[in-house]
Amino acid sequence: MQQVFKRPISLKDVQTHFCPGCHHGTIHRLVAEAMDEFGVQGRTIGVASVGCSVFLYGYFDIDVVEAPHGRAAAVATGVKRARPDSFVFTYQGDGDLAAIGTAEIIHAANRGEDITVVFVNNTTYGMTGGQMAPTTLVGQKTSTSPYGRNQHKDGAPIRMAELLAQLEGVAFSARVAVNSPRNIIDAKRQFKKAFRYQVEGKGFSFIEALSACPTNWGMNALAANERVGTEMADYFRLGVFKNTDNL
Amino acid sequence: MAKIEIDEIRCKGCGLCTLACPGKLLSLSEKINLQGYTPAAISFQEKCTGCALCAEMCPDVAITVFK
Repeated sequence: MQQVFKRPISLKDVQTHFCPGCHHGTIHRLVAEAMDEFGVQGRTIGVASVGCSVFLYGYFDIDVVEAPHGRAAAVATGVKRARPDSFVFTYQGDGDLAAIGTAEIIHAANRGEDITVVFVNNTTYGMTGGQMAPTTLVGQKTSTSPYGRNQHKDGAPIRMAELLAQLEGVAFSARVAVNSPRNIIDAKRQFKKAFRYQVEGKGFSFIEALSACPTNWGMNALAANERVGTEMADYFRLGVFKNTDNL
Repeated sequence: MAKIEIDEIRCKGCGLCTLACPGKLLSLSEKINLQGYTPAAISFQEKCTGCALCAEMCPDVAITVFK
């Protein structure tokens, strides 16, 4: 009998702090599997953001820099330019990347920095208590939009993957979900493509993963998982928006 | 012949693996683990095909699959 599924080498064998049903754990594993695939663990420098993803230095067996809120893409720029031989990725949530870090991500992408950005979109600020984020869906109730997000007052949710795909500097932009085995297998493929762009030195790659946040959505794990595939995937369309080298 | 092992201490009882199993062999057990969650358990180990979809779905990488 052979072991057909095991924990990736880059992922430490420790208990995570994530809530039951949170997709961060799955996305962590996919990132670790992509690192293992290219054998870059030894020269990887991860850049963590502020949010639930802040503890990734404890979960990945790699070197990690902790960036100030929103500034992961700017810090990653510095890391990559100082250490061009290293493999650099950022791992950011929507409150971090799409709100306070909008300027940093847009300009890093526009400059075509040779980094990979993993963007976890759960339509809310997870760690700070479920406030409204720029990606919160219209009508979604959060602790700062108790009557639901109002499009006239708060605007419509930002689609980051499409927005960044328009920039010349971006080589790869895709959106995936990890709410079903089928989507996870597809997501795995896209993560590997995004990492390959950097491994081959082909420019900026961006991958957005839709994620459930059962605690702040006020749902159980199964209902939150279902919402990702229905309500969220309706607005945040899954797919590859830019793939310049057709990898 | 295939076999899965669920790490009962790591499992947070989210139940996502129960959705993933094509044979509906997984369910949450009654007992409570050290973290205070009810971990998943397999009902008919001999019917498991080792497809590993439960392990792919598990956010806590608590499932190991042998085939």
